[in-house]
Amino acid sequence: MSFVCNFPLFCIILTLFSGVICAVLKPHAAKVVSLGILLMNLVLNSCVLAFVLETGEPIIYMMGHYPAPWGNEIRVGVLEAVLAIAFSIVMLLSLLGGMKHIFEDAEDTKTNFYFLMVNLLFVSMLALIYTNDLFTGYVFVEINTIAACAIVMLRKKKETLVATARYLALSLLGSGMFLMGIIILYDLTGHLLMSNIYVSVQALAKSGAYAIPLEVVIALFCVGLATKSALFPFHSWLPDAHGSATSASSAILSGLVLKGYIILLIKVMYRVIGLSVFRYSKGANVLYVLGLCAMIVGSVHAMRERNIKKMIAYSSIAQIGYIYMGIGLATTAGIAAAIFQILAHAFTKPMLFCAAGGFMEVSGESKAFHRIKGAGRRNMMAGLAFAVGSMSMIGIPLFSGFVTKYLLAGAAIQASPVKMAMGLVVLAVSTMLNALYYIPALMVVFAKTDDPVVWFPDKKNRSFAFAMIVLIIFNFVLGCCSTPLMNLILKGLAMFA
Amino acid sequence: MLHAFIMHLFDNYYETTAMIVYGIGFTTLLMNRNIIKKIIGFNFMDTAMYLFLASKGYITGRLDPIGISSQPRFEDYINPIPAGLVLTGIVVSVSFSAFFLALAIRLYKSYHTMDIDKIVRKMRNEQIKEEME
Repeated sequence: MSFVCNFPLFCIILTLFSGVICAVLKPHAAKVVSLGILLMNLVLNSCVLAFVLETGEPIIYMMGHYPAPWGNEIRVGVLEAVLAIAFSIVMLLSLLGGMKHIFEDAEDTKTNFYFLMVNLLFVSMLALIYTNDLFTGYVFVEINTIAACAIVMLRKKKETLVATARYLALSLLGSGMFLMGIIILYDLTGHLLMSNIYVSVQALAKSGAYAIPLEVVIALFCVGLATKSALFPFHSWLPDAHGSATSASSAILSGLVLKGYIILLIKVMYRVIGLSVFRYSKGANVLYVLGLCAMIVGSVHAMRERNIKKMIAYSSIAQIGYIYMGIGLATTAGIAAAIFQILAHAFTKPMLFCAAGGFMEVSGESKAFHRIKGAGRRNMMAGLAFAVGSMSMIGIPLFSGFVTKYLLAGAAIQASPVKMAMGLVVLAVSTMLNALYYIPALMVVFAKTDDPVVWFPDKKNRSFAFAMIVLIIFNFVLGCCSTPLMNLILKGLAMFA
Repeated sequence: MLHAFIMHLFDNYYETTAMIVYGIGFTTLLMNRNIIKKIIGFNFMDTAMYLFLASKGYITGRLDPIGISSQPRFEDYINPIPAGLVLTGIVVSVSFSAFFLALAIRLYKSYHTMDIDKIVRKMRNEQIKEEME
């Protein structure tokens, strides 16, 4: 066994320890440690990706060297490595982009706890990506939830408390359903390791025994994880939580936290239930329709919003709808498109939220549209990032959002006629709606005022400019040459099952 | 048919009870407006799941896995894994209850009520006032 095989475990353990250390460090030191750990994750996961690509099969790491039916497993293929790399980059850039606001919004003595929570959040997402054990997945889902709620509460405003309480209540419902699903599945199959459950579920599906409990399990998994990732009818917590948090928290929450649960759902579909069983259950169709509804409803809500951060938060609901549309197709092409959308959205939304933070900075900390008029001129760097992000979200060619829509349309065409017609029409309508609120927002932000054009209002805040420029470059790269990444995703999906 | 179904429910009375309690807890967490009652509902829901899980691990007439017999054979013991899972789950739900209760205290200090609807209404009014300024 090569030394590289240990790297996924190292990533988890070291991030966890750095979180513990952050609790006792000074804020500045905690910041340096967290950023260092994220960079280390980036490097180690790149090594893992290179190794997995070379050997052509996934790393299966037995925890404590107990073999399959007893032990816990980590399983890392191409897809997991790509996701881990992308997540560490996005986490790093979101933190850099919102760093100034973190130090302004938090109490001085508590800033290091923010980094503790960020580390916990990252470790739980890494574990969700890596794990091959359903119950471990549940435990890390809960860690993820508690850390996510804590980073919403960073701002000492009353509204964040309310947002957190609503987020927490719905999250607990979601994880309650997910755990119930695991328990029933454990009773049906007697296993917790995903590969073992898969074998049992295939046998059950073939024999037709326990058909109703199996359907219930699929429903519990879908609804539980959809609640946590804010799919349309369960989205009511999202706008407040994402709209009232500090800009780095909003960026991390919408860019990464929602995606962690979706990746777990994809994993459940591939490795636990099996794609063919999932396709013939009603779950796939329900997710497809709900995804389409989310694409419309999210955009309609966003159009009515007079608060820029909430508008971006509602747009997240629409974007999550795109991901669920791909998942609902339950074909390899659809899921590949969904994963591409996960990455495209992860690289775009943090940029928009950090840019909104930049606008607030030059408009007296107000998020209302009439106050941020012309803010794009007063903070040109944020304005540029916002423009690129909006165009990507609308789906203009050259940007990552366009590729997503292209891939989703391509995947929908291969589906059944009804699904195809619904998918293509809603895709077109939602693109229109996206344009209908992002273009007015751009017009407000770049409205002519008497203020002079300033590129960097805060010369000391170099990390913001750096993060924005890197995110803009990533958006272009994803939009212009998506083929290598798509090949990696397809290779990863083949290795995934 | 119906008779057989009801007898089935009575035979598996652990699971039936667990499901009823799960339903009570779930609805309370979802629907109740009082935050403290929401927390109680959450605890009901989790406890019901642990009851379900623990009852599935139990096999009538067998020993608990910490008992010592002269010749240990696995056929003598119940399934210990659900107990381990329940322990993990209890830790998770205890920490969530603590977090939620701390949040409830801070909410009460800020808004002087435990009713989530009233709290949201107060928050909206304050937000509108802020935007007007």
